[in-house]
Amino acid sequence: MLLREVGYAKPSSVADALAILAENDGARALAGGQTLVNVMKARAASPDVLVDLNGIEELKGIDLAADGTLSIGPMTTYSEIMASAEARARPILGEVCAQIADVQVRNRGTIGGNICANDPTNHLPPLLAAIGATMTIRGAGGERTVPAHEFFVGVYLTAVGVGELLTRIEIPAGKGDGFAAVTLGADGTCIANAAASVNGSVRVALGCVAATPVVVEPASADDDAVRDAVRGAGIDPPGDVHASAEYRTHLAEVLAVRATREAKGRA
Amino acid sequence: MSAVETSRTIVVTINGTEYEREVEARKLLIHFIRDDLDLTGSHIGCDTGNCGACSVIVDGTLVKSCMMLAVQADGASVETVEGLSEGGELTALQQAFSDHHALQCGYCTPGMLMSATALLRANPSPGDDEIKKALQGNICRCTGYWNIFEAVKAASR
Repeated sequence: MLLREVGYAKPSSVADALAILAENDGARALAGGQTLVNVMKARAASPDVLVDLNGIEELKGIDLAADGTLSIGPMTTYSEIMASAEARARPILGEVCAQIADVQVRNRGTIGGNICANDPTNHLPPLLAAIGATMTIRGAGGERTVPAHEFFVGVYLTAVGVGELLTRIEIPAGKGDGFAAVTLGADGTCIANAAASVNGSVRVALGCVAATPVVVEPASADDDAVRDAVRGAGIDPPGDVHASAEYRTHLAEVLAVRATREAKGRA
Repeated sequence: MSAVETSRTIVVTINGTEYEREVEARKLLIHFIRDDLDLTGSHIGCDTGNCGACSVIVDGTLVKSCMMLAVQADGASVETVEGLSEGGELTALQQAFSDHHALQCGYCTPGMLMSATALLRANPSPGDDEIKKALQGNICRCTGYWNIFEAVKAASR
């Protein structure tokens, strides 16, 4: 498919990228391109300028601090997270990345692209919401750090505004995590998913049931407490050809319990 | 500030040969390979990133070339299916595909070969599940998966 004519720039620093975004109306950041290039083919997105972030070293890599906090550059690919010794400090990260699509997509797709796309069926928005990630955003007005519940704003929308870039993802220490999903084929698109974190308190994030991950905090990691918490959230998921709203509601509860059991077993 | 251009001159090495061409920024890598360089071994199946027929190896990394722009390959070394055999001699993997009747219509074969090549380079002795997982991004609409799996297994050691 021939794309619509588009301008292209490949800056080597965040400052340079921000300047190009500011100077060009209709400019858009290009991360791994495993979503954006396809939606451009379909003309569902038609940016005038692509600002390719693949040349910006400061947006790549994984650092593990002494207190166990992970700091991940948004241009780090799924494959790099899976192979990273540092990322194993929070094992769920590599495990969930290994469930995304296929080798080729994992080799180019990035953690930042996944969460900035914020497709409600994506794996990483609920996961990062459950494990308490914070996101650093930089723009002309400076830098700010937001928690997941402020980062995910709507379908395909995040707190990263026009002319801004996600520059860092921080993940606190912990290992009592779980993830469960029902997908279209092995490692396919999620019909429903849930991520759970049992690290002191219990936090469960439900994916595919609303515009953004729905976070619930069960009183305990017991099955009944998790079920009660999901029911109490009053979710009203969309129905489609893959699952009715009623079935998705059912799946959310079942997957929340599965994810929490996994998390509890590792806490 | 980096320049914004709708086309630029790129230098790409494909199967050991260096090519310098001016390409539009909107051109996908697969179209550059097939249309500009006439290397038609890599196929376009779905053009939506699902089928894997366009899989190539860029700087040692397996990618789907319909989800990468040609300008993004500037300075890169790309391997396509044409680069596998040397002097007309099939690789062990290609011979195994022939021996195990791992192609029916053959449309998916170039992508399958590149995915299996990438697998066997990283892991010369993959387990059954590792082979299946490595070929997940490649669709065979003849559904001849079993013989493809057998061929990759035979080429493993």
